[in-house]
Amino acid sequence: MKGFASFDTVLERLSVGRLWDFPGGVHPAQEKSLSNKEVIKNLPLPEYVYVPIKQHIGVDSELLVTLGDKVLKGQALTASENPYAVPVHASSSGLVTAIGEHPAAHPSGLPEMTVTITLDGKDDAIATQGISQYKEASKHDIISAICNAGISGLGGAGFPTHIKSNTIKPVEFLIINGIECEPYISADDRLMREHAWQIRQGIDILHHLIKPKRVIIAIEDNKPEALETMSIACQQQSEYHVVSVPTKYPAGGERQLIQVLTSREVPSDGLPIDIGCVMYNVGTCFAVADAIIEGKALTQRVVTVTGKAIDKPQNVWAKIGTPVSHLLENSAFDVNKQAYPRIIMGGPMMGFTLASAKIPIVKITNCILAPAAKELPSVEDERGCIRCSACADACPVSLLPQQLFWYSKAKDYDVAQEYDLFDCIECGACAYVCPSEIPLVHYYRQAKGDIRAQLHEKEQAEKARIRFEARQQRLESEKQAREEKHRLAAQARTEALNSNGGGAKDKIAAALARAKAKKSAQLQPSEDSEDSVNDGASVNANKEKLSPSETASATKAESKND
Amino acid sequence: MTKLQVASSPHHHNQRDTGAVMRLVVYAAIPGIAVQTYMFGYGVLVQLVLAVMTAVVTEVVILEIRKKNTERAVKDYSALLCGLLLAISIPPLAPWWIIVIGTFFSIAIVKQLYGGLGFNLFNPAMAGYVMLLISFPVQMTAWLPPVSLTIQNVGLWDTIHTIFTGYTASGFSIAQLQATVDGATMATPLDHIKTALSEGYVISEGLNDKIFNASMGVGWAPVSFAYLIGGLVLIKAKVINWHIPASMIIAAMAVSAVLSIYDMSTHASPWFHLVNGSLIVGAFFIATDPVSASTTNRGRIIFGALIGFWIIVIRTWGGYPDAIAFAVVLMNLAVPLIDYYTKPRTYGHQNKVRNMAKPSPAKKSQQGDK
Repeated sequence: MKGFASFDTVLERLSVGRLWDFPGGVHPAQEKSLSNKEVIKNLPLPEYVYVPIKQHIGVDSELLVTLGDKVLKGQALTASENPYAVPVHASSSGLVTAIGEHPAAHPSGLPEMTVTITLDGKDDAIATQGISQYKEASKHDIISAICNAGISGLGGAGFPTHIKSNTIKPVEFLIINGIECEPYISADDRLMREHAWQIRQGIDILHHLIKPKRVIIAIEDNKPEALETMSIACQQQSEYHVVSVPTKYPAGGERQLIQVLTSREVPSDGLPIDIGCVMYNVGTCFAVADAIIEGKALTQRVVTVTGKAIDKPQNVWAKIGTPVSHLLENSAFDVNKQAYPRIIMGGPMMGFTLASAKIPIVKITNCILAPAAKELPSVEDERGCIRCSACADACPVSLLPQQLFWYSKAKDYDVAQEYDLFDCIECGACAYVCPSEIPLVHYYRQAKGDIRAQLHEKEQAEKARIRFEARQQRLESEKQAREEKHRLAAQARTEALNSNGGGAKDKIAAALARAKAKKSAQLQPSEDSEDSVNDGASVNANKEKLSPSETASATKAESKND
Repeated sequence: MTKLQVASSPHHHNQRDTGAVMRLVVYAAIPGIAVQTYMFGYGVLVQLVLAVMTAVVTEVVILEIRKKNTERAVKDYSALLCGLLLAISIPPLAPWWIIVIGTFFSIAIVKQLYGGLGFNLFNPAMAGYVMLLISFPVQMTAWLPPVSLTIQNVGLWDTIHTIFTGYTASGFSIAQLQATVDGATMATPLDHIKTALSEGYVISEGLNDKIFNASMGVGWAPVSFAYLIGGLVLIKAKVINWHIPASMIIAAMAVSAVLSIYDMSTHASPWFHLVNGSLIVGAFFIATDPVSASTTNRGRIIFGALIGFWIIVIRTWGGYPDAIAFAVVLMNLAVPLIDYYTKPRTYGHQNKVRNMAKPSPAKKSQQGDK
């Protein structure tokens, strides 16, 4: 690892405004002016909201509502005891009309469990109560309030905020991410310009929970107004540093931003907390303030609706669960301006195309992008790689994308992992610069998916093997127990036979004599059954010749065959 | 709504495709070609035309046979560039069949036979040059003196005539054209020094010739400078990385500096090696061919440095006066090995010795779900 910059070194550089840099990076055209000039608007209520029950990294929660329930805005729809579960809430008042599968806000578009609420248009909210003096409340109460408000990272990863805030290790830097490095998106920009004070309150709450040594609020230098408003909002706090970061994609990536601000690198198999840093998005801070001060659950977020096929590009307060079609209709989306119908959820570098316009806005949605015909032209078929390594020059993680590409394409997954395939953050800078127009990130995603599937199968096979071996062992031990039992029984019989003296022998001899008499009586009437009788006779004859111990073992053999 | 199209991110592209990159290299070579024409006559232009035509025709024919998308492939200008690089490397009045055979060999055998663009092991232009030099040594060493030193002035028509028939329109042969104002037969600066050394002269005596202008070859040095300008433009435009040109030139100059310090009488100075011959063209235009060079930046430094080393070694002790082609082709063989050992340190990882026999387990598979 590179040298670990001490707290003092970082502070020194911060105070003179000399930041570090991350390798690679690209400078796509920003196009933020399409949408960042006007205030965030409110939308008319949609007819339905589709609230997926899992909008975070972690596990599902259990449903609290059933079909036909009347719900109010801010009412919890799910709950769970599991700390890795984050509840979801109704984003407006109405009736629960469906609970079932609905296309997910995910590149695959696969269906996931969703609560459909038909809105009644009244937008009645549930009564809420915040923690008025949170500085006197217990840490546990604040964390619970954050969890109950359904807050997970609004920056795009969706990690449960209450878990991240429940730090045990000491934190040197609490970093607030206002970078928003992707082109077109201006949601965080407008939020910082219009609600800097509430963001500041959220930061205060997180500061109280985490108790870092310093707070760094990082904003890209293409947002001078946001830098100003946040500086003013934080001016009283000497521990809060508002820092301007040079515009370069992807400076807003968690690992890259930490590297720019502190020069430290998050270990590949670790988390930022391992190097004394914790990062939150400005939107998350805003939501935390809502949750603690007013007790409001997370029911809406700022979404940028932009692209040249949108006649009225703007930022809107979108209720969680609003179908994308509703946002498009209210922004004068003109599908005729497109070369072919295409809607992207997210930015042009990391966003994914939607298969349906009924897909809902979720907690991590920051942009709906509808490019016009000449905008974001889709590239033609890939050519052969010319090994120019423009991709390696652009990679912020210092990977060798060309090697990852060759080995992913050849499905040589062991070597691909040798080249640190899973360190790829899928930022898209490599594919952006590739002169041969190869969809590099697509290959990596496929390779990662294949490797995960293989691992999963291997785990299943391993479990099956363990179960099989356990069963074999159980059968084996059962068999041995049985044999032991028989052996002991036979031993007991032998002893009984010997100890009783001639009593048992006499009984056997009498029985044999009776059987012999019976046989000779049968022999005379018919000759048809001669074979079976002969067999019986030979057995009897053998029995006569046997000594008692041999009889005992013969008996044992017979009983074994039972 | 009609069916929405799905695609994988990123949806943004910087719109500089392979064709654009190759075209930039062609444009950057124009100053050098212009100076070469000015200094040595129209021969290089005729060779260029022949080379480009042969290259494109060969590429189209082979791609048709391979059933590839010919139109799209030709648009990447790689065949054109290969022809160009070969045309500027050979004697300007070489017979037409030299350039045609050489270009055909480069495109068909060295490039397409190995799999086409992106799959060739050797630098196509240089492998073609090596083949020509070894097979047709007489024609490939029939260099002309710079225009300023010739007796005969060879115009455009004479040039074309000579290339196609071996004689100018007025009946002069190439050997006669090679004569300088003194009647002595012309050689390249490097060749001249090599001959002088073999005859027992020292460097300073060898440099005492009208073909040198303070150890800068007349005609040759300006051409090198013109290509240097083009090369610097390419670096600024981020078409090529600085690693290969820098390491190649620095290594060549360092090796020749060591040798000339050791024995100044039999080893030319680094400056001499830099401006005479094709070291600069080789550094910026030829060794930087992305397909056959190393792909990691650290690897490129090693690659370039070793090419520089080989150039000086072959120039000094080898059988040929100039050694760019041989050095490049030699190092092309080492590229897979260099690439293997020069993987950069990934973010978040410690430096570790790579061991291909023991693949590391997929620890990050869970975290990759984020």
